[in-house]
Amino acid sequence: MSDSEKLKAAVEVWNAKADKTAARFPERKQAFVTGSNAPVNRLYSPLDTQDKDYLESVGLPGEYPYTRGVQATMYRGRLWTMRQYAGFASAEDSNARYKYLLAQGQTGLSVAFDLPTQIGYDSDHALAAGEVGKVGVAIDSLEDMETLFAGIPLDKVSTSMTINAPASVLLAMYIAVAEKQGVSAEKLEGTIQNDILKEYIARGTYIYPPAPSMRLITDIFAYCSAKVPNWNTISISGYHIREAGSTAIQEVAFTLADGVAYVEAALKAGLDVDDFAPRLSFFFNAHNDLFEEVAKFRAARRVWAHIMKDRFGAKNPKSLMLRFHTQTGGSTLTAQQPENNVVRVAIQALAAVLGGTQSLHTNSRDEALALPSEDSVRIALRTQQILAYESGVAETPDPLAGSYYVETLTDSIEKGVMEYIRRIDDLGGAVKAIEKGYIQQEIQDSAYAWQMGMEKGERIVVGLNKFQVKEASPKGLLRVDPAVGERQVAKIAALKAKRDNATVKGALEALKKAAEGEDNLMPLILEAVKVYATLGEICDVLRNVFGEYRPSVMF
Amino acid sequence: MERKIRVIVAKPGLDGHDRGAKVIARALRDAGMEVIYTGLRQTPEQIVQAALQEDADVVALSILSGAHNHLFPRVVELLREKGAEDILVFGGGVIPEDDIPFLKSKGIAEVFGPGTPTQTTVDFIKTHVKRS
Repeated sequence: MSDSEKLKAAVEVWNAKADKTAARFPERKQAFVTGSNAPVNRLYSPLDTQDKDYLESVGLPGEYPYTRGVQATMYRGRLWTMRQYAGFASAEDSNARYKYLLAQGQTGLSVAFDLPTQIGYDSDHALAAGEVGKVGVAIDSLEDMETLFAGIPLDKVSTSMTINAPASVLLAMYIAVAEKQGVSAEKLEGTIQNDILKEYIARGTYIYPPAPSMRLITDIFAYCSAKVPNWNTISISGYHIREAGSTAIQEVAFTLADGVAYVEAALKAGLDVDDFAPRLSFFFNAHNDLFEEVAKFRAARRVWAHIMKDRFGAKNPKSLMLRFHTQTGGSTLTAQQPENNVVRVAIQALAAVLGGTQSLHTNSRDEALALPSEDSVRIALRTQQILAYESGVAETPDPLAGSYYVETLTDSIEKGVMEYIRRIDDLGGAVKAIEKGYIQQEIQDSAYAWQMGMEKGERIVVGLNKFQVKEASPKGLLRVDPAVGERQVAKIAALKAKRDNATVKGALEALKKAAEGEDNLMPLILEAVKVYATLGEICDVLRNVFGEYRPSVMF
Repeated sequence: MERKIRVIVAKPGLDGHDRGAKVIARALRDAGMEVIYTGLRQTPEQIVQAALQEDADVVALSILSGAHNHLFPRVVELLREKGAEDILVFGGGVIPEDDIPFLKSKGIAEVFGPGTPTQTTVDFIKTHVKRS
């Protein structure tokens, strides 16, 4: 009898025994499932993985298909970047928070902008009332950006900016601030999110319709590949898709389908795949089901490597590597017994590290209640530092590889992802699938199923639908000073009084003309921000030329 | 036949988080109500206009951006100006508990925080709806 036959026989005997045990002492549930409802077997053994060609399907760390990570030595070489997303109120307040985080050992910046900034409105716009400085920092002009990074040398930090529809404008401002610091654009390192498709799907800060939005994005790809070579030009994001309620498989599937759409748009714009693909980066969520999450990251890397190689013929190994940032799952945090969130965040951060993330944001315990306080942010950062320096999980790449369970999960996620991508291809690609509402509907169905599962008690959330206590309302929440809006409005008025308004007008007119034609818009936007045209003025020019996106509403 | 309770679920302000609004909309529909979801980025004026046009009994507001103290009271104020103060208005989202007394004093009937079962919202509407 071969080893495998022996094992098969042993497993059969074991199964019979386990069935008997289960008959006497019933298992806790009829069916065991992962966090996103995939079945979990009673046993995983070498039988589940023995048919695989290891080198072809898993491979070694830093080698195709990158299942085990994008670098050979992973965290033995350099730890992941600890990057806490932060920003609130004014540029002055946020600048102080960044300096605090850097002093606490954070290794990269991540800028949160307020909603008016993200939607291309100045703080004095009617729709900005009540929103200025609330979920991030208000940036109206280059002046604010200069304050935001005052005293932070831009050749020494990498900066990630969560900005999408007006990404070109904020990137232009960053380049202009660096120039004033004497730092050339070639030296800049960082990321703009710049992922409009997931805004239509899940996050909501869109401005223009898909076609001109895709043009703005490919303009950035082209501009940066020539002038800002170390900049990640896009962060294709599954984070918000997951937060909107998707499963793990849907998170990866819809993100990679968006990725395919960006690559196709860039190819159509005449770019060479290996010129821009190495600068594509990704952004995923980490939820509580540890093994499924680890498998998700591994599967995502493998699927992307196959897509880039087989579908797009990329040659540069860097084009095949899916590099990603992770943020722990905001929607998994509870407003009830918020201290428990520290533990959730630790498990999720562990999943991200075991999954080989390049950078990580850990959420703060109080985020189901308000923006995080300084104490909460410090605990969140310390969680990463404990993982990095005390837990031992960073000492060898992809330590869960070879686990029968994790490898099997990785394969099944890959399969589910490929099925979705095929379906989306059949619908005409991600843009069409979004316009038809297909992707949104799939996510909403999952979100509703999750909610109902919880309300029926099939899903336990500790402190929420089990183990509740009576509690006093939490103290020490961060509150944004409501006067921040008035101060921003005054700043804009002062700026408009002192800048050279004729030059601003000229720059905006030149931008309008270019937008009506086909030239790359980045240089014109850079010119406009340098003469202190405001974000709202620049976005209004483009609104007038491109129009605005009007979603179809459904639930 | 009894008229169904008509609900406008609305997202005031610029906030794009509408997982909760959509889940609530669906749960209310499954509970037999007629539900209209406005979509994102509605001004208080647009929400009130929709409520009047649709002859709504209830306006359910969802916000996670922190702009609730500005936007929620404005909706109630505009409804009053239009003589529609009998429309039940309540809200939900990420709203600090300290803000709730202020919102209630401005006519927001209730504020539901994260983790509220949808059934609680259904029951609340059935108990408190003033017209229909």
